[in-house]
Amino acid sequence: MIWNPTYEKMPRKELEKLQLERLKHTAALVYNKVPHYKKVFDKANVRPEDIKSLDDLRRLPFTLKSDMRDNYPYGLFSAELDNIVRIHASSGTTGHPTVVGYTQNDIDIWSEVMARTFTAAGLTNKDVIQNAFGYGLFTGGLGAHYGAERIGASVIPVSGGNSHRQIMLLKDFRATAICGTPSYVASLIETAQDDGVDLHSLPVRVGIFGAEPWSAEMRREIEGKWGIKAIDIYGLSEIIGPGVSSECEEEQNGLHINEDHFIVETINPETAEVLPVGSEGELVFTTISKDGMPLIRYRTRDLSSVDPTPCSCGRTFVRMKKVRGRSDDMLIIRGVNVFPSQIESMLLEYNGVLPYYQIVVDKNGPMDTIEVQVEISEDVFFSDRIRSLQTAEYSLEKSIKESIGISAKVRFVEHRTIMRSEGKAQRVIDKRTEKKQ
Amino acid sequence: MKIRQISVFIENKSGRLYEVIRLLGGNNINVRAMSLADTTDFGIARFIVNEPDEAYRLLKDNDFTAGMNDVVAISVPDKPGGLAGILHVLQQKNINIEYMYAFVNQSGDNAIMIFRFDDTDLALSALKGARFDIINEKSLFNI
Repeated sequence: MIWNPTYEKMPRKELEKLQLERLKHTAALVYNKVPHYKKVFDKANVRPEDIKSLDDLRRLPFTLKSDMRDNYPYGLFSAELDNIVRIHASSGTTGHPTVVGYTQNDIDIWSEVMARTFTAAGLTNKDVIQNAFGYGLFTGGLGAHYGAERIGASVIPVSGGNSHRQIMLLKDFRATAICGTPSYVASLIETAQDDGVDLHSLPVRVGIFGAEPWSAEMRREIEGKWGIKAIDIYGLSEIIGPGVSSECEEEQNGLHINEDHFIVETINPETAEVLPVGSEGELVFTTISKDGMPLIRYRTRDLSSVDPTPCSCGRTFVRMKKVRGRSDDMLIIRGVNVFPSQIESMLLEYNGVLPYYQIVVDKNGPMDTIEVQVEISEDVFFSDRIRSLQTAEYSLEKSIKESIGISAKVRFVEHRTIMRSEGKAQRVIDKRTEKKQ
Repeated sequence: MKIRQISVFIENKSGRLYEVIRLLGGNNINVRAMSLADTTDFGIARFIVNEPDEAYRLLKDNDFTAGMNDVVAISVPDKPGGLAGILHVLQQKNINIEYMYAFVNQSGDNAIMIFRFDDTDLALSALKGARFDIINEKSLFNI
């Protein structure tokens, strides 16, 4: 199903014409209203009028996360605060949080793109959506909320956490869809099992999950354990929040980018050189319809690639591959690039279920050490025989070594000793950076 | 003739075994025999208790990683060569012992050996055939 066929199925030529028109408008807006952009455009010796084709986009300077911090809190807003109706902020793990402002027009765009997301997942006004994304400064909760209301679905704004109540509500309110972070949904599945609730008996048929990278194996795991279709969605607060791109239920293979609102590029994360379509690199987005805080060529640090081949669902928007990881999530262990999602895949492959795990990186003298702590439970790994447990540890270590090329120590820990997430999972504890600070 | 054994995964942190024992004792579970196997990181405590179902439930409810499996208890004459006879039979039938441990009951003439086999049924039939004194769960607690 398609929410807005006029745009979502727009012929590419027409779409590109629309993009160029909107890009010109946005470039002029930020140049005239945002001192930061005037400065960096001038420095790059480029004027909004220089944009004659979409290819001219690459003449414009990038926007970095550090630009957001340097202009904290409102320095990148192009609208007056009088016209800003909402402010969100991302949790800053280092320094200031990242602040974003929305005009009423931006909120409308956001609701529109999230309406497309839910529709692409097969949901309509007949559905009841339990929204387990966190409500608050985080964009997940409200973004999903507005989109779900836009399609006329009944929204249960339960937010994240309080898992026993979530299970009760799922049973009593008969939700047909749930949204949240994949790691929270995994812990919800665990709670349901503890509460003796058979998830397959609930009417939920679709899950809309995002806000953190998750592996294909984890998707299969959630789909299998719950008997639902799990749809991947993508977004980041700097660009709009959730709704930048989402999968269609037909293919579940790549996330359609709402290209009438966001232009995508992929670049080499080290050299910032623009890569040909299809190559893996860092995603860069330019917002072309927002007016509260438009961003030019924002470097997301998310690694993916873009597939322009037509999709059976009929949308003409390109598809981005499931994000493999955020370049800031990437760990460099003894010079080797490691993504937590690679380790997650290993763990899942081992016996088909994803245990709770945590990756602890530390230093032993000059050597980086990595320890993967894996919770054991009666169904996963547990045995009364020491030998079976040790064999499991060794073979996990071996498969990590073979696939990622680093020696990691795998250590089993007791049930429920790893913190459960209510929002984004904290999979990595890097003690090397803690020591530096 | 099988005996249910409770096993608990315990990280090597001080006080964890005490917590398990205290939980069982505090709920009137009588531990008849136990053994602890460990590595540098973790250990597995195995218990023979008077109320296995109740002990298993208690441990689960308190977030311990616990399992229940079958073992075999045999009364062995407390004299030289007592154990050798049993092992001989098992060896002849090519039956592997995963692990074993022993305790002595109050009356003193016999030791009770707990065996964990990879194929419990096969072991049981071999031992029965050789007429060893296999003890059932009920009588284990009436000794």
